Amino acid sequence: MTGFDPMRCTSRAAMLASLLLAAPGFAQVNFAGVWNMTLTEDFPDRLPGPELGDYAGLPLNANDRARAQSWNASILSLPDYQCRVHPSDYANSFADIRMWHEFDTTTQELIAIHIQHFAWNTQRTIWMDGRPHPHPMAEHTSMGFSTGEWVGNTLKVTTTHLKEGWLRRNGVARSDAATVTEHFIRHDNHLTWSVFVQDPKYLEEPFFRNRDYTAAVGDAISAYPCESVVEVVLPEQGYFPHYLPGENPFLIEYARNHKIPSEAAMGGAKTMYPEYRKRLVELSPP
Amino acid sequence: MKQCIRAASIAALAAAGFCTPSFAQAPQNFDAVKIDTLKVRDNIYMLVGSGGNITVQVGDEGVLLVDTQYAPLSDKILAAIRAISPKPIYYIVDTHHHGDHTGGNANLRAAGTTVSGGNMAGAIRDSGVGAAIIAHENVLLRLSSDKGPQALPSGGWPTSTFFGNKKELFYNGEGIEIIHVPAAHTDGDSIVFFRRSDVISAGDVFVTTSYPFIDTASGGTYQGFVAALEKLVDIIIPVYGQDGGTLVIPGHGRISNLGDVLNYREMVIVVGDRIKHMIEAGMTLEQVKAAKPTVDYDPVYGARAGAAEGFIEATYRTLGAPPGDSR
Repeated sequence: MTGFDPMRCTSRAAMLASLLLAAPGFAQVNFAGVWNMTLTEDFPDRLPGPELGDYAGLPLNANDRARAQSWNASILSLPDYQCRVHPSDYANSFADIRMWHEFDTTTQELIAIHIQHFAWNTQRTIWMDGRPHPHPMAEHTSMGFSTGEWVGNTLKVTTTHLKEGWLRRNGVARSDAATVTEHFIRHDNHLTWSVFVQDPKYLEEPFFRNRDYTAAVGDAISAYPCESVVEVVLPEQGYFPHYLPGENPFLIEYARNHKIPSEAAMGGAKTMYPEYRKRLVELSPP
Repeated sequence: MKQCIRAASIAALAAAGFCTPSFAQAPQNFDAVKIDTLKVRDNIYMLVGSGGNITVQVGDEGVLLVDTQYAPLSDKILAAIRAISPKPIYYIVDTHHHGDHTGGNANLRAAGTTVSGGNMAGAIRDSGVGAAIIAHENVLLRLSSDKGPQALPSGGWPTSTFFGNKKELFYNGEGIEIIHVPAAHTDGDSIVFFRRSDVISAGDVFVTTSYPFIDTASGGTYQGFVAALEKLVDIIIPVYGQDGGTLVIPGHGRISNLGDVLNYREMVIVVGDRIKHMIEAGMTLEQVKAAKPTVDYDPVYGARAGAAEGFIEATYRTLGAPPGDSR
């Protein structure tokens, strides 16, 4: 038993303080490695892909609905669109990923976390070094500009500078004004990745999408090359496939095949909530 | 130099507002305008202030500008250029004649110089005075034919014009193509392709902030606008998908890549097809406007008052309005 030693106490306090100041380091969770996606949630919407005219549960506004209704899947045969990637707020629905952490080799501070998607081989960087988001007039990309912070053991990511992309790959657009907030939560060998999309131009309310992954020890990400080719002879300059308003013959198929009222199939914020079931009782499928 | 610029600005300020219906509307308070500099790639920068974006190419030889915004901003623009390079301004390229892109011509030309000698001297007595201003000849024709207080002073007119498809330069270590895209936004549009830098300065044939302004009174047409966008798409080579590779500095808005141009082209073609269909159905202009053929794109491109209506009207008229429909 020793008496109070101011020097020793100060030294220990300094050590404790330095540890506390390094708290983010303790909060850091290791996401490094390959993660296999778990496809059981929303499977029909993912690998097979969404059906034409299925906007149910999407909080899209009337403008976005009109745009989706004119969408023609033939655009995917255009050379400029064949290798169009899924944007970072949608890419987590489709394929395995590899994550790795980048450290400053001198200070060992975390600079960035990187994600490689198998699908379209897209890569994104989540900056962890506190850098600001770029000027609003800087380039926008499919992956956007992401910064991350630790909230406890959760990695919270904010993404801006996203180029316009698909909210759902059946013509539902997400605008370039969107801000996306993501949370990466690791539970042992499971990863939950939530995506929260706020789009003031095309959404009535924020859209939430949740995906799960499982750690894959020793697994790898395969290559995903994409080369555009001319598949059809295009009619003329200024050609872009689309349906004129009211002339898309496929819009009714989803509602008819699944016996879902057309109003529900056309989506909107109200179709996201349990209360909408009361409204469904009043409607008839086509 | 600043006094010179301010003096010239007084006359040029009026010119800023001469292009009434479009982006060219003069802002009310230039004192509040800040010039932001964005690095696009290596030796290419984009200056954002009020009016059209300015492209700045710098190198060992000097400075080349594409467009000049408004005259009252010239001091700030020059300061921004000097923060990038101390070299003299040798070339100014005008993408078209509108005042929000050419208003600063006289000031920034005066701040620059031209190498003269040989066949660039003698008969051309002012060949060494100020930077050369390059543009399609229709830009000179329109600027020099404007009369009254809003006319651009002759010191801001192009000094080196071209006709035909394009003019070429080799400057600061790279080939530069000044490519005329006929009858698009106006009848004097050029896009400027920096071949080594892989950057295109597009002028107002591509913007990210609004529907196309097709200045039919200045020779713009819907068909020419589509062709100009096709030309951009034809030049651009992305790294992968629709990202990276060739970058595009739009007339207004953010630095862009292939995906942005494709999205814009999609909108222009889809809306144009709808209007064409309505014309074939015999609809009047008012009926077409009432049918809202731009409704799905309005949140993205319709923020500027009158932008959608102007685009619809210009498209309707140049696609061939029914005989007798002059409304």
